[in-house]
Amino acid sequence: MKAISSAGNRSGNPGRWVALGLIAAIDLILLYGVTMMYASGETPFALLVLLIITTGTWVFISHKGYSYRYVYPALLGVSVFIVFPLLYTVNVAFTNYSSSNLLPLERVKAIHMAKTYRTPGESYSFKAWQQGENYQLLFISNKDTDKHLISAPFGELTEPTEVNARLSSELPDGKELAFRDTIQIRHILKLLTIMLPDGGSLSMTSLREFGPQTRIYDEGPNDTLIDSRNGDILTPDMTTGYYVDNTGEQIGPGFTVFNGWDNFSRVISDPGIQGPFLQIFTWTLTFSALSVLFTLIIGLLMACLVQWEPLKGNGVYRLLLILPYAVPAFISILIFRGLFNQNFGEINMLLNMLFGIQPEWFSNGFLAKTMVLIVNTWLGYPYMMILSIGLLKSIPDDLYEASAIDGATPIQNLFKITIPLIIKPLIPLLIASFAFNFNNLVLIALLTDGAPNIIGATTPAGATDLLVSYTFRIAFGQYGQDYGLASAIATFIFLMVGVIAWLNLKATRRFTE
Amino acid sequence: MIVQPRNLKYRVWATRIFMILFLCLIMFPFLMIISVSFRSGNFATGDLIPSNPSLEHWYLAFGIPWENPDGSVIQPPFPVMLWLWNSIKVSFVSTILILLLSTTGAYAFARLRFKFKEHMLTAMMILQMFPAVLALVAIYSLFDRLGNYIPWLGLDSLGSVTVAYLGGLALHIWLIKGYFETIDQSLEEAAAIDGATPWQAFRYVLLPLSVPILAVVFILAFITSIAEYPVASVLLQSMDNLTLAVGSRQYLNPQNYLWGDFAAAAVLSGLPISIIFLLCQRWIVGGLTAGGVKG
Repeated sequence: MKAISSAGNRSGNPGRWVALGLIAAIDLILLYGVTMMYASGETPFALLVLLIITTGTWVFISHKGYSYRYVYPALLGVSVFIVFPLLYTVNVAFTNYSSSNLLPLERVKAIHMAKTYRTPGESYSFKAWQQGENYQLLFISNKDTDKHLISAPFGELTEPTEVNARLSSELPDGKELAFRDTIQIRHILKLLTIMLPDGGSLSMTSLREFGPQTRIYDEGPNDTLIDSRNGDILTPDMTTGYYVDNTGEQIGPGFTVFNGWDNFSRVISDPGIQGPFLQIFTWTLTFSALSVLFTLIIGLLMACLVQWEPLKGNGVYRLLLILPYAVPAFISILIFRGLFNQNFGEINMLLNMLFGIQPEWFSNGFLAKTMVLIVNTWLGYPYMMILSIGLLKSIPDDLYEASAIDGATPIQNLFKITIPLIIKPLIPLLIASFAFNFNNLVLIALLTDGAPNIIGATTPAGATDLLVSYTFRIAFGQYGQDYGLASAIATFIFLMVGVIAWLNLKATRRFTE
Repeated sequence: MIVQPRNLKYRVWATRIFMILFLCLIMFPFLMIISVSFRSGNFATGDLIPSNPSLEHWYLAFGIPWENPDGSVIQPPFPVMLWLWNSIKVSFVSTILILLLSTTGAYAFARLRFKFKEHMLTAMMILQMFPAVLALVAIYSLFDRLGNYIPWLGLDSLGSVTVAYLGGLALHIWLIKGYFETIDQSLEEAAAIDGATPWQAFRYVLLPLSVPILAVVFILAFITSIAEYPVASVLLQSMDNLTLAVGSRQYLNPQNYLWGDFAAAAVLSGLPISIIFLLCQRWIVGGLTAGGVKG
């Protein structure tokens, strides 16, 4: 390959300059983005992009990086969408990031700083006038209706602006806006601070009124806020992620802070989490193991039957048997959700007709688990069958001929010839299948959504929930999103999957070499 | 010729009956759902073959309002065709990107020499066991931030889902790499002697020989993306942006249970995908076993 590699290094051709220019242009755009990200406090993301830029530039400019040019885009995809999210999740596991502590400290501080309160003084009702692109406001004092003020003209605004107003007896130029149209420009009006001739100021207090208003908080040292009404000091509590006042009361919204091992210790010690967690963990292992077992048994059996020559029409059988695999899983799982429905489902109708029973598939824990396993076996056996057919083909026919001469039964054939010969290459596949079922979120999310619920759980948890679906519901469920806790559990799953992946690698190495 | 036992005939018949019974069990959901899609109303229960078939649900699935005999008009509950179109767009674009990236990557891994090659391959094998599901919080956050700078990659955009699916590359790199290694290297070496750059050797020699595996990867990646649920369900929010996998779930809400409408939509959208799969099953199966056996 030496010849090929050195051939690519001819420099000095015009194409190279075009490429260099292109790389420089892309780099410039990305660097601008990095600056923007860094400026808005997104340090991890800025660092990520910076890393991508430097490695990318090196790979596409340096001669040494030539071979990497082919792998770089693929590696980039893998790192940005697998490795980085994994690291980021572990990072989030050590924070209190959740729907109540969503924003960074600076943003929460800005929210507090923008809070205002009504100060005593004259309020004014107002009307808006439009002339071209500009607006003017006419203020009429509520106390003294003869007192009219007119604001200086202003246009479209994006940030808070001060506008002067003067006493006047005539109307502004242009046409008066109807109330409906005035509401349309309220996003501009909210940004206005009207400076009165006597030194006071007004801001919008309601849809029809401007009144004297002042900010509640002034900025103090070390991110503290000083209440301008009574001199109270709010200090940011960096362990709970809330501003607290003198009495220790928390004032929302909270901000995101690192809280160390809190999320992990909650999993271990909080009875409302620990109990369901262990229960779900056991079920996840049981579910994955049983799924692999059932799909393997049925898959292998079907593979043997389909491969059996005297059975004519093997192709047709095979095609029909693969059908559950051909239909997208999200459709077939939802079909089962409907078929198993307690009241309208066809399965209960049939059972009622035949045996007079109507099992509660979604509200009884044991039945729900049974249903999940039935559906997953139905979904999964074709894959095992396909793999087994491939492996069975590699067994030489004369082994079976020899055993037939010795008068062996099919059962003996299966256990003495077939299984010992295919078990080695099968093991890595079984481990992979175990890992897949371990993380089978789609099945649970679409079929039961965890139902029936575990009683006494702090976070939503169900009897059929797998660890992934439990995590998913903590992070994106309807009852408050706790990203920190979800990430802590996800970190735990990473470790589990890591162990499974390592086992798989070992098994593959051992059985293929 | 294998020595045949004497009672072969009975065994064949027993197997055949067993197979047919098993197939009935397996096919039951499909037959049921087709039958349900022709029933009138969403709650009516009925036989396997509907006694008074109606095209109500099919009209609604195609987005055409249905007029009942009594004159009342039912509007389609969900934009199924739009969802299908979204799914196809997302899957098509992400599949093309996956194909581009994994082919070049596989070429380097199969043919070029560079540092850390073995490590990278091992890392990818391990990483492919970590599905995107496990890092949804991070993926959500990533696209939330990204949307501040590039709106068409933000939350609730089809762009974000398309790009997020690129994480599934690793498996395909392994598949294509395995295929490249079965092609004789001397062809490319001959090209190199004639003055071809590695890129030209790849583009004009190796690639035309690899069309079969590229087709397999295309179909596999396409089907995987179309059926993907978790990432899409987190990233997409507004009704018009949903993919089929996320949208279909809306039908079976306990508050708004539309069993019949779902049936028609499911058959309508599941059928093309299943047919593509069955038509290509010979190659897909080959690819799956090869990829599976290699890890």
